[in-house]
Amino acid sequence: MNRQIARLALIGLGLIAALIVGTTYWQTWATASLNDRQDNEIQRVAQFSIKRGLIRAADGTILATNVRKRIGGQTLYFRRYPQGALFGAVVGYSTQSRARSGLESSENDYLTGSNTNLKTVIDRTLDKLRGATIKGNTLWLTMRPSAQRVAMQQLNGKCGAAVAVDIRTGAVLVMATRPTYDPNLVESNFSRITNRARSAPCSPTSPLLNRATAGLFVPGSSFKVVTATAALDSGRYSIDSRFVDRGYCIEYGKEVQNFGDQNGPERFGPVSFLQALQHSINAVFCDVGKAIGARSILNAAKRYGFYKSPPLETPENERPPSGLYNHGRLFNPSRPQFQVDPGRLAFGQERMLVTPLQMAMVAAGVANHGVVMRPYVVQRVTAPDGSVISRTKPHKYRRAMKTSTAAALNEMMQAVVTGGTGTAAEIPGVRVAGKTGTAETGGPGTPNTTWFIAFAPADAPRYAVAVVLQNQTETGGTTAAPIAKEILQALLAGRSNP
Amino acid sequence: MSLRNRELVNLVLVGLLTAIGFASVYIARQAVVSTASLSYAGFFFALYLAAHLACRLTVPYADPFLLPMAALLTAIGVTEIYRLDPTDAFRQTLWIVVALVALVVTLFLLRHDYRQLESYKYLFGIGAIALLVLPALPFFGQSVNGARLWVHFGSLQFQPGELAKVFLIVFLASYLREKREVLAQGRLKDFGPLLVIWGGAMLVLVETNDLGSALLYFGIFLAMLYIATARALFVAIGALLFVAGAAGVYHIVPHVRDRITIWLHPWTDHPVYCALNGKLLPRQDCASYQLVKSLYSLSHGNWFGTGLGKGTFETTAGHPLIPYLNTDFIYSALAQELGLVGAAALLLVYMLFVARGMRIAMLAQDGFSKLLAAGLTFAFALQTFIIVGGILRLIPLTGITLPFVSYGGSSVVANFVLLAGLLLVSNRANAARL
Repeated sequence: MNRQIARLALIGLGLIAALIVGTTYWQTWATASLNDRQDNEIQRVAQFSIKRGLIRAADGTILATNVRKRIGGQTLYFRRYPQGALFGAVVGYSTQSRARSGLESSENDYLTGSNTNLKTVIDRTLDKLRGATIKGNTLWLTMRPSAQRVAMQQLNGKCGAAVAVDIRTGAVLVMATRPTYDPNLVESNFSRITNRARSAPCSPTSPLLNRATAGLFVPGSSFKVVTATAALDSGRYSIDSRFVDRGYCIEYGKEVQNFGDQNGPERFGPVSFLQALQHSINAVFCDVGKAIGARSILNAAKRYGFYKSPPLETPENERPPSGLYNHGRLFNPSRPQFQVDPGRLAFGQERMLVTPLQMAMVAAGVANHGVVMRPYVVQRVTAPDGSVISRTKPHKYRRAMKTSTAAALNEMMQAVVTGGTGTAAEIPGVRVAGKTGTAETGGPGTPNTTWFIAFAPADAPRYAVAVVLQNQTETGGTTAAPIAKEILQALLAGRSNP
Repeated sequence: MSLRNRELVNLVLVGLLTAIGFASVYIARQAVVSTASLSYAGFFFALYLAAHLACRLTVPYADPFLLPMAALLTAIGVTEIYRLDPTDAFRQTLWIVVALVALVVTLFLLRHDYRQLESYKYLFGIGAIALLVLPALPFFGQSVNGARLWVHFGSLQFQPGELAKVFLIVFLASYLREKREVLAQGRLKDFGPLLVIWGGAMLVLVETNDLGSALLYFGIFLAMLYIATARALFVAIGALLFVAGAAGVYHIVPHVRDRITIWLHPWTDHPVYCALNGKLLPRQDCASYQLVKSLYSLSHGNWFGTGLGKGTFETTAGHPLIPYLNTDFIYSALAQELGLVGAAALLLVYMLFVARGMRIAMLAQDGFSKLLAAGLTFAFALQTFIIVGGILRLIPLTGITLPFVSYGGSSVVANFVLLAGLLLVSNRANAARL
């Protein structure tokens, strides 16, 4: 019988050995895929046992911190956002019921100390073996609270967004959006977020949408900067090129008229290219567009970064690309000469949709002598002990145009502010360059989407800004330009002590 | 060193480990548990010291590793149960006291010659069947989680299947010892008992809706039949019959069908009908909720675990994440807190127990002793495989206990009686040898 017993012993031992193999599979091989599962509540709760890193503004202001709570014997850290709605859309939230958004989502690895940086890996492993609380790394943002506050105040009661960047580095200094939300309420009282947004003058109010990077708007005349870039870069036009404005242009046998008021469409007669941009003359740009073609305009747009998600540390789904959109989908025409109306594209209608971030990059590209810097919002990441783990260095993103084109556009955009549609953006003692936009979102009489993109000081550029407002009855020059001015002033005031 | 002194040394080591275990739970969960946790280890050690003394009196030549291993496993179990719910740990400790009393009583009653049990074999056979049928009776029976495994008398709940297992092994050991020559000839008429037992196992399966218990009883039967007759063909035929029967039951009993579906496809991307609340939900949020959450628990443990007392078993609001954590799913709790290293070590203790048990069977002198020791040991191994294999998705999940570790009175008592059987056989074998 002993032979049978020996065999049975092997079977019994084999069965349990199989359990060791099975356990090894689930505890090592399968962990990554299990941890990623949506319904993995343990992983979601366990995240709260990590003391997430802080998120701080450029001046050190704490934007996200932790509150320690003991629940059922486990110490958990819940997020608190001392600045509330001020930075809500950028910072995002990290909660149990609604997962994460914003930087809390995209920078989760740094914030939970699970990035693969050697120092963090060693610290984390030691903490784990000691049984100590795992501490995340701190994010230091490029954003300036003083200017952000101004932007948010200016946008209060409106639907819109504003983005400001440092044109020499690409650092995002202001990213404001309205209506927005207080991330402290996401977990505890979500209905208050929707209730508060209810009074906003747009529908849907979408308070969770970060309009600054995720809002897609018709650019209107602000897009003329891109058209002018294409025109000047082509060499066929210069700042002094002459045109005759008849008040309309003919497209496909139909008249496309200039912007008008109760006296009918404006008509300027003989003008230069500079004056055409200064007064935002649709008819001239329509003719320019027809002459250089849609492909040339779209290529200029792509050199600014259109058709690509703008690089930024926020989640990719929160920063869609700008470009032509067909039925809600990005439309990249293979044969634009047959598929796109060049005249209407030239003054920012057609099916062109842009984000405020992209338009800020357009203004910044012109300001920075034709080079668009890669935008970023995380200046550096520091370990709990204060040592720097990573630091963002400015990078050239694209050359959008010739240096000479940038110089010409700079001059043309200054004219917009000194004697054109954007005079409301004038700042005493500082040269400002800008471009207005007033986009009709429906037929005549329907509310407009208004824009102002600008940079200052125009003679030694530092800051670029893009402001968009939804559902306006007036123009970009009267609605968005004053806001852009306030933001630029706030940034210029902080220049001496950054 | 004499065998019993070696046992004492091992027990002291286990006592130290237990103290460390409770201390670490106390350190990790001071806000929840009290300093009383530290007295558990002392009480535990005293208990096993008493059992050890009883062994010195009754089975001086018995294997010196079995009792310390049982002590280690129960200590790990109680520590984890204490960490999950101190009240349950107190009850479990009471059950361990009862179980140790059962062990000592069994040892005393059978200290001279346990082989006298052979003459009562039909009593054990009938007893086993009676215990198995009990939960199916309308008055006593109680259905938990779709499986009828429980009996209740007033407030006292009992799982008779656990004890039936031991009775069945005693019966089979006596019966097969007597009939092994006849059976080995393989004449068709001698297959009668095999078919009867097969039918019985299927009946248990249908009655209790429990695939795991049926697999356990039938596996024990096949293993012991193989030892008695040395005919692998019988095992093959038996296994085929079981698969055929199980396939039939699969088509008849919806509960069994659900278990198989959960096993094969615990996750669905699309919502499916949820029988619990009548809604459409992904399966991981309904039928396979427990299995999936338990896998998440395992995976969270990773290599080294979160540490005793530091695992995540509750939501941020303090609600339990995994149901039946301290009974059916104690393994996933342990694996999370001790990690792969700890879980593998735990399974190695089980392997060691099986190895010692089989060694005892091989050293035993007579057929009954060999069959009894091998049967008890294989039952122990198979039960461990069925519950942990179910948790690991190696086989469909069925709710049976992890021997010595899970929370549950009947299980602990039955397993200590099983241990008593092994100690008795080993005492006799070693006494003759040394």
